[in-house]
This record gives sequence, structure tokens and C-alpha cells, in this order.
Amino acid sequence: MTSEAADSAEAVGTVAPAADPGFLQRHGGTIEYVLIPGAALAAALAVFGIFVMLFGKNPLDLYFYMYYGAFGTWFSWQNTLTRAAPLILTALCTALPAQLGMVIIGGEGALLIGALSATGAALALQGMPPPVVQIAMVVAGVIGGGLWIMLAGALRQYRGVNETISSLLLVYIALAILNHLVEGMMRDPASLNKPSTREIGAANMIGTIPGTDVHWGLVFGLIAAVAAYILIYHTVFGFAARVAGGNIRAAKIVGLGVSKLILTVCFLAGGAAGLAGMVEVAAVQGRTNANLAAGYGFTGILVAFLARQNPLAIVPVAVLLGGISASGGLLQRRLGLPDASVLVLQGIIFVFVLASDALYGRIGFLKGKS
Amino acid sequence: MADGSIGLWTVPLAVLGGAIRVSTPFLFVSLGECITERSGRINLGLEGTLVMGAMSAYGISYLTGSPWLGVLAAGITGALLGALHAGICSLPRVNDVAVGIALMLFGTGLAFYLGKPLIEPTAPRLPAIDFGWWSDIPQLRAALRVNVLFLIGVALAPILYWAFRTTRWGLLIRTAGESSDAARAMGHSVLLIRLRATMVGGFLAGIGGSFLSLFYPGSWNEGLSSGQGITAVALVIFARWDPLLCLWASLAFGGAAALGPALQSVGVTSGYHLFNAAPYILTLAIMIITCSPKRTLTGAPAELSITR
Repeated sequence: MTSEAADSAEAVGTVAPAADPGFLQRHGGTIEYVLIPGAALAAALAVFGIFVMLFGKNPLDLYFYMYYGAFGTWFSWQNTLTRAAPLILTALCTALPAQLGMVIIGGEGALLIGALSATGAALALQGMPPPVVQIAMVVAGVIGGGLWIMLAGALRQYRGVNETISSLLLVYIALAILNHLVEGMMRDPASLNKPSTREIGAANMIGTIPGTDVHWGLVFGLIAAVAAYILIYHTVFGFAARVAGGNIRAAKIVGLGVSKLILTVCFLAGGAAGLAGMVEVAAVQGRTNANLAAGYGFTGILVAFLARQNPLAIVPVAVLLGGISASGGLLQRRLGLPDASVLVLQGIIFVFVLASDALYGRIGFLKGKS
Repeated sequence: MADGSIGLWTVPLAVLGGAIRVSTPFLFVSLGECITERSGRINLGLEGTLVMGAMSAYGISYLTGSPWLGVLAAGITGALLGALHAGICSLPRVNDVAVGIALMLFGTGLAFYLGKPLIEPTAPRLPAIDFGWWSDIPQLRAALRVNVLFLIGVALAPILYWAFRTTRWGLLIRTAGESSDAARAMGHSVLLIRLRATMVGGFLAGIGGSFLSLFYPGSWNEGLSSGQGITAVALVIFARWDPLLCLWASLAFGGAAALGPALQSVGVTSGYHLFNAAPYILTLAIMIITCSPKRTLTGAPAELSITR
């Protein structure tokens, strides 16, 4: 039906040979984690195809242009990877607190604050050698974004304020702060139509990976994802976090410092999103303005849920959704679809992925006999 | 000139006008969410419902020429989105908070998609009742131009308060919210009760959206709602799930949201964006004051996942 569906079906077909009877028992769970989200994605693409058909477009054209715009050429691959970089980082902002059972949806706010802090650091250090400025930008972005989400975590831990709502409110507050500073204190007087800060300077941009047009932000994202994976699954800290996420009372009984866990994890989560903001400034925009609120924070939530909050699975999912958003331009030009069609598709995927949660452990042939 | 003579009084008058005008979407969304949450489920997707309601009301009003048909269409759209939320949530092991986030993105995206052709044309808008006819201060008259939807919302709050206490439906919703086991033991389907409560909640939130596009600000564009829906959901929490408190909180919020434009109109422009964020800051502040880590909130429905 669709390329993605075919891919996931193929992958399952090759890793599940019928000759080994114990295979499904040992790997049924893993296969489920690929098969069920894959099927949900395929169903969402099918529904989106019907949706555009209602507007008189050919769904086969849609799938072709989506594939072509996302993964069809080297140019589209580079576009896709450039968009995947911030998505990996903002997805970590939802996935890390999820280990503790918290639902944080304020990655967009941490991204904006991270971008502002990074820009501020760069402007304050003008004239210093570029590596110094760049490192300062990373540190400022991570600390800015980290403190922003840590605020939501602290409110949850010390005041019992629901972190989902507070983190979303903080997005709107972050946007107001950004607009306030960009149109006031930090405004470049030369930016007339689109209020912006001054440029951080071409020498301080982090540039692209040699031989490509993909900026170094992708590498930042990959490192962060692997580091998050190791932290959660291969350290005592991560183990403690998962215990606390599974049963908060058990965690308290065995003497885990739950407050410290929550604050640290929220700081790291916000730090990842703040780094995404720094990357967008230092590799794409070169300055801070309202363009930064491009929705990477919100798409990151979807990436995290589709990856089932697993930091390593976030990477391919971010590439997939980066591809969908990269193909948006082509869909607009060739099929005349509005730019919001990407948002509609993301919404449909999200709904299907959540509904597919009901399927885990219920697929007959994966259960195995015991 | 009457215009110059009242000077700084413009600000409180604009805040009063804002409390009446801007509060209406807050009021409808919070009353709708109040019904849904009382049944034991939280629908964070009302932000998307609000935007979808605004878009469909504007579209239907433009196509039919009747703004009231637009209001009805917005309500129906909202009810359908509510049914979608409830339908997905009734599947086993599906988290209602996450479904709400998904529908927030879906509703917003769908509204932007379908609403693209509606940004240019002007649709007939809802009429206003002039309660300020006795005055000759133009600002006061402007503040007292009240929309019927606001009056309906104000009337709805005590009706809901009464309905929750005394009617069969109110009791059923509260039973489902306090103990799904008890509702089941009485022979009622909890899922069905919650489906209906979420649909009614979506209906009201959709109407709140129609107010945005058909009265104030009174046009359709993609920046129409920026977080009013989610603010209203938070408002229900510190209104302690009480429809009457929802009314007062909505009025306070409308006033806070009108502060930025009001100050701008008298020449205070420096903190414009910060004043515009006043409702969000206020929500957060009130949540910090009223919530507590030690106990669940008084009046919280026991089945509600967000307070457990």
C-alpha cells in the first residue's frame, strides 16, 4: 500500500523465520514494537490518502511525492536529515521525563529559551575565537532550556502542579519572552519588517558536515540520543529513574531521591530541546526571531510517542517525520495541497499510534505457546 | 471631546469590556471541560476543538449567510471531535492525556488545512446587544456591547451547577467520575457516560470557538487561538470542578487577556507581549498557589488520571 508499510512488512518477514519455533517467544515483544507502530503508520497514511482523495487529488501521486520529497534524491535526503536534527532533540524532551511517568509537552518553549540564551551568549562574546563562542552557545542553550523544563518538574514535585499543563503554558510564556526581547532589548535596529536580534556572525556558525549540506546539529542529535539511551538503560541513575517511573512508592521505600531524579531528568530533557534551539540559531537562522517557533517542539512529542519513548528508536522516527515535513514543500508545489497538510498527517499518525496501544499483547501469532 | 476626557479610565473600561468579551471562549471551554472531567476523563484536545469550531463556524456562516448556523456547525464539529476522543480512550490501555495532545495537534492541523480558503472572505458575524445605550462615553458603550453567547454562557454556569447536584444525568456523570465501579454496579456503562460527557464538552468548546471567529476578534486566521483552550482546561482545575467558579475564573481571565491591548491603546507599548502572556502567567501562578503535593485537590473527581 505504502512504502513504509512495505518496509515494515519486509523487515518482519526477514527477521521472523518460521523454522525456529522459539523465535517468536523470545523476540515477540521486539517484533511487536516494530510491527504495531508500522501498521499504525500505514493505516494513518491510508486515511490521509482518502482525505486528500476527497479534495480531488490522486493518493498515489501523494505517496509518490511524499517519498520523492523525503527520500527520493540526495537533495531531499539532506533536507530530511536537516529537519530530523532538531526533532531528535525535542523528542528527547518528552521521552526522558516519560521514563519517570511524566508527560512533558513543552519542548517548543525550551527550544525558544535555548535559542535566546545561545544567541545572548554569542552576542556577549563577540570578538572571541569561534570555538569559544560555539561552546558558550551550547552551554547557554542547554542551561536555558534545561532550567525551563526543570521549572515544570519542580512545580510538579514541590507544588503538585500538573506538568503537562504547566509545560504547555510555559511554551506560550517563552514565546512572549522571545517576542518581548526580540522587539525590545535585543533588537537589531536594522531589522525593520521582521524584528530580530543581531546576527551571531558567520564565523560562529557551526557549519555543515563535510561533503553534505546537513549541519552538525544532526551529530549533536545522534550523540544526545545515544547518551540518553546509555543513561536510561545502562546506568544506575537510569535504573532508578525507571523504578521511580514504574512505582513511585516503591522508589521512595528503597530510598531513591525522587526529587533529585525528577529535577535532573527534567533538566536534561529541557537541555536537549534547548540544544535544538541553539542548533537552529547556530546552523540555520544565524539570529533569533519568531521564525524559530516552527513547531519542532510539537512534532517532537509525536516522535517520542511513535518511538515509544525509546531514545534510540527516536532517531529513525525523527528521520521519518523529518521526511514528512521535508516533503511538505513538494506537496504544495506539485499537488497544490496547503502547507497545513503535514500537520493533518501528523495528527492522524498520532491518533493511530495511540489507538494502536490497545493492540500490544493481543496479536495471536506473536504470543507464542507457553 | 469625550474621547480625551476620560484619559486613563480607558484601561479599566477596556478590561471590563475584555472581561465580558474575551472571557466567552474561556467560559464555554471550561464549562465543557468541567462536564468531561466530572465524568472522570480529561480532554486536553479542546485547544484543537476550539480552533476547529472557529474555522467551521466561519466557513458555514460564510457559505449559508447565517452566523447562527455557523455556531451550530461549530458545536457539532466539537461534539464529533469529542466522540473521537472518547472512542479512542475507550480502547484498553490508551492514555486520555496523550489522546488529548494528539487531538490538539490534529484539530489545529485540520482547521488550518480546511480553513486556507477562508482567510480572505468575510463572513456574516454574530450580532451584539447594546447594553450601554444610556451612556454617551464611547468606550463604555463599546465595553457593554454584549454578545448573546456570553449571556448563554453566564446562564449555563448556574444551570450546570444545579444539574450536577440534582438531576439524574448530573448524578450519573459524577458517579462515573468518582467511582467507575459504583456506576458499573448500578448497571450503567461508564464508557457510554463518558462518551456523552466528552461529546457535550466538545460541543460547548466548539461554540466557544465560533465566538472567536464570528464575534471577537471576528475573523478567521491561523493565529486566532493561542492557548485559550489549554488555559481553560487548566482553569477547570483551580475552579475545583465547580461551574460557578469556572464563570468567575473565566471573567478574571478575560480581564487579564484584555490588559495588553488596553495598555497599548493608551500608549504603553513597552511590555506588550508580556502583557499578552498575562493569562498564561496568571494560570500558572494560580495553579502554583492552589495545588499541593500532599493531598489531592478538594472536589477532584477520583477517577481523573491527572490528579492521581
